Amino acid sequence: MAIQEDRRRITIRLTVLQVACVVVFAALGISFWLLQIVEHDKYAEMAENNNQRTIALRAPRGVLYDRNGEVLVENRHSFTISIVREHTKDLDRTIRMLSAVAGLDTNNVRAIVARHRAEPTYRPIVIVDDASLAQVAAITARRLDFELPDVVVEEVPTRRYPGEGIAAHLFGYVGEVNDTMVAADDTLKSGDLVGQAGIEKIYNALLMGQDGAKVVVVNSLGREIRTLEEVPPTEGKRLQLTIDYDIQKAVEDGFRASRDAHLTNAGAAIVLDPTTGDVLAFSSEPAYDPNAFAAGIDRATWASLTNDEQRPLNDRALQGRYSPGSTFKMAVAMAGLEEGIITPDFQVHCVGAANFYGREFKCWRKGGHGTIDLRHAIEQSCDVYFYTVANLVGVDKINRWATALGLGVKSGIDLPNEVQGLVPSTEWKREKMHEKWYAGETISVGIGQGQVSVTPISMAVYAATLANGGTRITPHLLKAVDEGSGWKPVPAPAPQSKVELDPAKLQAIRDGLWGVVNGGGTGGRARVSGHDVAGKTGTAQVISNEGRVAAARSGKDLRDNGWFVFFAPRDNPEIAGVVFLEHGIHGPNAASVAHHIIDTYFAKKEKRPLPPAPTPQDMRFDFSDPYAVKTATPAVETN
Amino acid sequence: MFERRLYYHIDWAMLAGMFALCAIGLAQIFSATGGFTRIYYTQIYGILIGIFAMGLCLTIDYRSLADKSHWIYLAVLVLLMYVLFFGAVRGGSRRWIDLGVVNLQPSEFVKAALALVLAKFFGESRRGAITREDLAIAGALTAVPLILIARQPDLGTAVTLIPVGFAIAYVAGMPMRIIGVLALVGVLVAPVAWKFALKDYQRERISTFLDPSQDAKGAGYQQIQARITVGSGGLWGKGFTKGTQGQLRFLPVAHNDFIFSVLAEEQGFAGVLVTLGLYLFVILRALEAARLAKDRLGAYLVLGVLASFTFQVIYNVTMSAGLAPVKGLTLPLMSYGGSSMIATLAAFGLILNVRMRRFTN
Repeated sequence: MAIQEDRRRITIRLTVLQVACVVVFAALGISFWLLQIVEHDKYAEMAENNNQRTIALRAPRGVLYDRNGEVLVENRHSFTISIVREHTKDLDRTIRMLSAVAGLDTNNVRAIVARHRAEPTYRPIVIVDDASLAQVAAITARRLDFELPDVVVEEVPTRRYPGEGIAAHLFGYVGEVNDTMVAADDTLKSGDLVGQAGIEKIYNALLMGQDGAKVVVVNSLGREIRTLEEVPPTEGKRLQLTIDYDIQKAVEDGFRASRDAHLTNAGAAIVLDPTTGDVLAFSSEPAYDPNAFAAGIDRATWASLTNDEQRPLNDRALQGRYSPGSTFKMAVAMAGLEEGIITPDFQVHCVGAANFYGREFKCWRKGGHGTIDLRHAIEQSCDVYFYTVANLVGVDKINRWATALGLGVKSGIDLPNEVQGLVPSTEWKREKMHEKWYAGETISVGIGQGQVSVTPISMAVYAATLANGGTRITPHLLKAVDEGSGWKPVPAPAPQSKVELDPAKLQAIRDGLWGVVNGGGTGGRARVSGHDVAGKTGTAQVISNEGRVAAARSGKDLRDNGWFVFFAPRDNPEIAGVVFLEHGIHGPNAASVAHHIIDTYFAKKEKRPLPPAPTPQDMRFDFSDPYAVKTATPAVETN
Repeated sequence: MFERRLYYHIDWAMLAGMFALCAIGLAQIFSATGGFTRIYYTQIYGILIGIFAMGLCLTIDYRSLADKSHWIYLAVLVLLMYVLFFGAVRGGSRRWIDLGVVNLQPSEFVKAALALVLAKFFGESRRGAITREDLAIAGALTAVPLILIARQPDLGTAVTLIPVGFAIAYVAGMPMRIIGVLALVGVLVAPVAWKFALKDYQRERISTFLDPSQDAKGAGYQQIQARITVGSGGLWGKGFTKGTQGQLRFLPVAHNDFIFSVLAEEQGFAGVLVTLGLYLFVILRALEAARLAKDRLGAYLVLGVLASFTFQVIYNVTMSAGLAPVKGLTLPLMSYGGSSMIATLAAFGLILNVRMRRFTN
């Protein structure tokens, strides 16, 4: 009986257990059905995110060539060291270890990571741009030991510019795109490097190329196992510039001589082909090293560039506005001739000063030039002659012809942020100052002082317009583009304007300019034997004589600016340009620099050996500052 | 001792189910560890030795074994004591006896020994109903090895002893009233245990289970990854050795604790159903053996052995889907582990033993 009872109970309780097992297994089955069938898509995506990583392959930017096919700007490989936080268990440990291995300041690394905290964890946070080989080796060794699995070393193409800041303002530099740019242009994405200045900026769309991507499978340590698919990056388009490397170098060498001679390290120079507007050389001094920006500029370098009193980041060629001084006289002469107010034979008697509207205006030569005609007035740069002509012509006609020659307007060069100079007019004064133009103001305009201000690039156009006989060409830098199927020439942009000039009248001015260099004029240092160089010096005050005395103790450099505009040869000119020496004291000093440029051009053309880089002695700079004696400021240097 | 006719009463169907599971496990170990590695061969040796141990457990009448059960029980306790003091340390706990060639994990063998001693205790009880003293003694027999194992510490294996005691006591006629009281006590004791008995990492694991995202890089990581692994498998799976979660080590110990997750990933819901079906089949066949058992001793022995097996299967599968806190509990018959495999097969030897001898005297 008891046994029977036992049996029954065991059977019942076993059945309970049996049913319980079936129920539990059914529940398990349902759970798996929910996970694997109902929520499959969600988990499949999570699994994919787990193990697939898309790595951007940065496209190299297009290579820049000069007009002869020489490489100007290319790309090199650099290494970046980044942290990928995705599988990091202890971020601070990683930061400390990376800092120790790569020799970095832990707090800096922490600050960088903190800045990118909000970004997705799979996106690498770049800690070191352009890492040294020692750093790369140290990190790689640790990675192999699984000590730094969340630190990645990537090879990226980086810009390489010619050394010593050659044509820095021309090339510009690259930098990481900012958020506003990304928002405005949907071809850009965060982290892209874009041109921030110069050619890099204006032709960014051509130069940038198309980043590629690589989808890789990574394991739980973040190590790449294999590549699923790879879209290789497309290199940016190759550009051929109108620049001639040898001429560019001649410009840079000329400025170096000025710097080495302690004359000045600031200025600008542009050399053009006056028939096409091709820019053969373009320089603004002092320059910076664009390579410092190529892989992300560090704060210290940036601070030293922005705090430098010489403002090396400023492009003086496009953005500097200066009084043209005597170089303006051809515009006054052209206005007088073309308006029929004077002829080339028009004569003025210079006694060293002249009185206009009750005020005495001095000529630079104390004793005066005596009776002088247009050619000789240009050659000798007689101030009284041009006071007189300006007074006869009037400011509005000077404005019209200066504009036709390229002054006071933008050149239209294919570089960003060009500013406009100023050639005053009665209308301008009424609009801006709400005042009447006084005829007395026209007198100083006649010698390029007063309100007149010009940019070096507009001065180069001015020289070119005089050279080609009235066509205000548009200076440009892009000669050809390689879209992948060989070089495609880029047609020269249309001229900004064109005026018909009377050849006889133009010839008078050209003869005068020839005399400046080859006669007894002020530009003798630019003479290149066998080539009829034509040019004009200009020595422009940066402050009035009275002002200079008053400001003597400020310690500011108040020495005069030196100009030299030129073209050569006089008949059928091939080059035209300008050399501007900021605080270069005398226009003839600029002519010394121009001599080396013109000499190099003709040597190259005639396949002679190029002249060696000039030494400070070769330049025979004139350091005598006529006003330094008067003001007796020890700050003004003499050599 | 071993008569020829007994041979015909071996449950070949259940054996086939078990070996199918072993084969599936072996295949997934192959996949998870990347081919014919040392781990793969160790598992084969484990299966072979396990078959030998099973044969050994078959040949001796379970009643003779039960007669010696107290000695077996004591011997295992001694081994556990030995482990506690001289065992090999791995991952912060002493669980193994280093035998040079192999490491023995005595706690795996405790389950069968406990089942034997409890089956004997209840099976030979001449009293009609179970008294409280019986339950107290059974409780003590369960508690001693449980505490020893928990001290290693290996809470997972320790907990598998509880179903052994419960299942036998339940079928042996433990009054429902006491079950109710125990359940109540359990509920009341849980907070106290939470506060005093659990170690910090154990508390953390449970709280992480309730909200895995609070510690997505640490303890919650495995749980999240387990769900991703299973869920991404879909209906038909990613294919043998084609899983990404297990292959790329997003899921740790894929050949061991999480072998079922890897199976779910590579073989999909279809593979899961087949495998779960095989386990359920084996369990129900074993319950059938308990029903058919000639005597109470046999029925209790089968139940005791089956209880820890079933508990472990259910817990591990639940954990594999990220639906239970992560514990170091292996999936019997499939997970990598020599001691576990040998102990499990030997224990099933006892089940076969009981069924096989249902007609003998």
